[in-house]
Amino acid sequence: MATPAAKLESRLPALSNDEILRYSRHLIMPEVGLEGQQRLKAARVLCIGAGGLGSPLALYLGAAGVGTLGLVDFDVVDYTNLQRQILHATPDVGRPKLASAAEKLRAMNPYLDVRTFETRLTSDNALDILRDFDVVVDGTDNFATRYLVNDACVLLGKPNVYGSIFRFEGQASVFATRDGPCYRCLYPEPPPPGLVPSCAEGGVLGILPGLVGVIQATEAIKLVLGRGEPLVGRLLLVDALSMRFRELKLRKNPDCPVCGERRTITRLIDYEEFCGVRGEEAEVQAGVPEIAVEELKRRRETGEDLVLVDVREPHEVQICSLGGMLIPLGDLARRAHELDSSRDLVVYCRSGARSARAVAFLRQAGFRKVRNLAGGILAWADRIDPRMPKY
Amino acid sequence: MTRVFVPTPLRPYAGGQAAVEVSAATVGEALGALTARHPDLRKHLYAEDGGLRAFVNVYRNEEDVRYLQKDATPLREGDTLSIVPSIAGGR
Repeated sequence: MATPAAKLESRLPALSNDEILRYSRHLIMPEVGLEGQQRLKAARVLCIGAGGLGSPLALYLGAAGVGTLGLVDFDVVDYTNLQRQILHATPDVGRPKLASAAEKLRAMNPYLDVRTFETRLTSDNALDILRDFDVVVDGTDNFATRYLVNDACVLLGKPNVYGSIFRFEGQASVFATRDGPCYRCLYPEPPPPGLVPSCAEGGVLGILPGLVGVIQATEAIKLVLGRGEPLVGRLLLVDALSMRFRELKLRKNPDCPVCGERRTITRLIDYEEFCGVRGEEAEVQAGVPEIAVEELKRRRETGEDLVLVDVREPHEVQICSLGGMLIPLGDLARRAHELDSSRDLVVYCRSGARSARAVAFLRQAGFRKVRNLAGGILAWADRIDPRMPKY
Repeated sequence: MTRVFVPTPLRPYAGGQAAVEVSAATVGEALGALTARHPDLRKHLYAEDGGLRAFVNVYRNEEDVRYLQKDATPLREGDTLSIVPSIAGGR
């Protein structure tokens, strides 16, 4: 299997005078030069996700002169995206991310061919979408899609430029090259749902996707140019809080089920099932007794006996609160004895997800009169009190 | 002493600390000392069968202990241990 740079050799396009002027700072450096710029123009790079990582990635790859940029996303721009997703601006709130992204990218560089795939990447469409690209860049936000992207890249022989972020910490690597390890060599299995918080639950420093996304863009460009030392077999750890970059060695796992010597995964599988998304988490959310925000309001107004329990973190309570007793989810096992199981308990959090886990836990611990506030504070703000800030 | 780096997602279970110093001769001892001090970490690091979880890697300096001697990997003065769980955020 040839490297992306070698494959591009056979189809180097000419540059117009306008393009030569536009890319002059590349053309005058020997590591890129005219031929390197032609390689960039010939290159087809696919960005999975047009959000936090996808924003800096797409902007820099487009500006650098990558000829064809594919974008896969199905989301709509939301107010909470604007703190970090620099492809999108305030007037774009409510628009599909791909419409917003394509508009910005085409305005920035009219020589760029933007191809949009407004869909969720699935086992059914992944190979067809990825097949036409030379390099794949993973800017997704969930384990199921990350394993899907990895396996599709291994099966198709495309390098997978990986980046991932949480709060102020990031990881980056290049997976699925001919001799290098893949994502499954690093992590054979995902964590069970609920054990690792997502960005929506855990937060992310706005600059961090910029830092990590630009590292991914750099690696994608190096793969296209065939220059430098790609981040193959190395995991770069970025800690923005201490501003330390550390590097760990990655090995190709001979027992890897998708790229090892005795492969058991030879086609795409059901990744939602593999990541347990369909099982545990959905059941916890659906299976616990709930109370609607309207019902809670009515019961509070009529003065019925009711104990509200807030399972968020203390810093979230500073943003807004329903006045419940604060027991962060992580402390619940230790502090459950503080709750009176003979009284009606209503547990809440921001969205209703953490509180559903808390209710499931309390019921297992013998609490019978405990219910989850469906939709959490967000539902309260939407349907009861519009002055309540949403976050 | 060995410095154990605790990743962001696990810091709430380690008293909020980014690094913990332990005295240990092997990787297994170091993780044992760490989880003895912070019992909440145990379920995040170990599966029910007692093995390290498949989404948590441990590195002595820059080498994955899976490819060294796992829990029996010896530690020398000045070595560091990094706990690196998978994270998926990107949006």
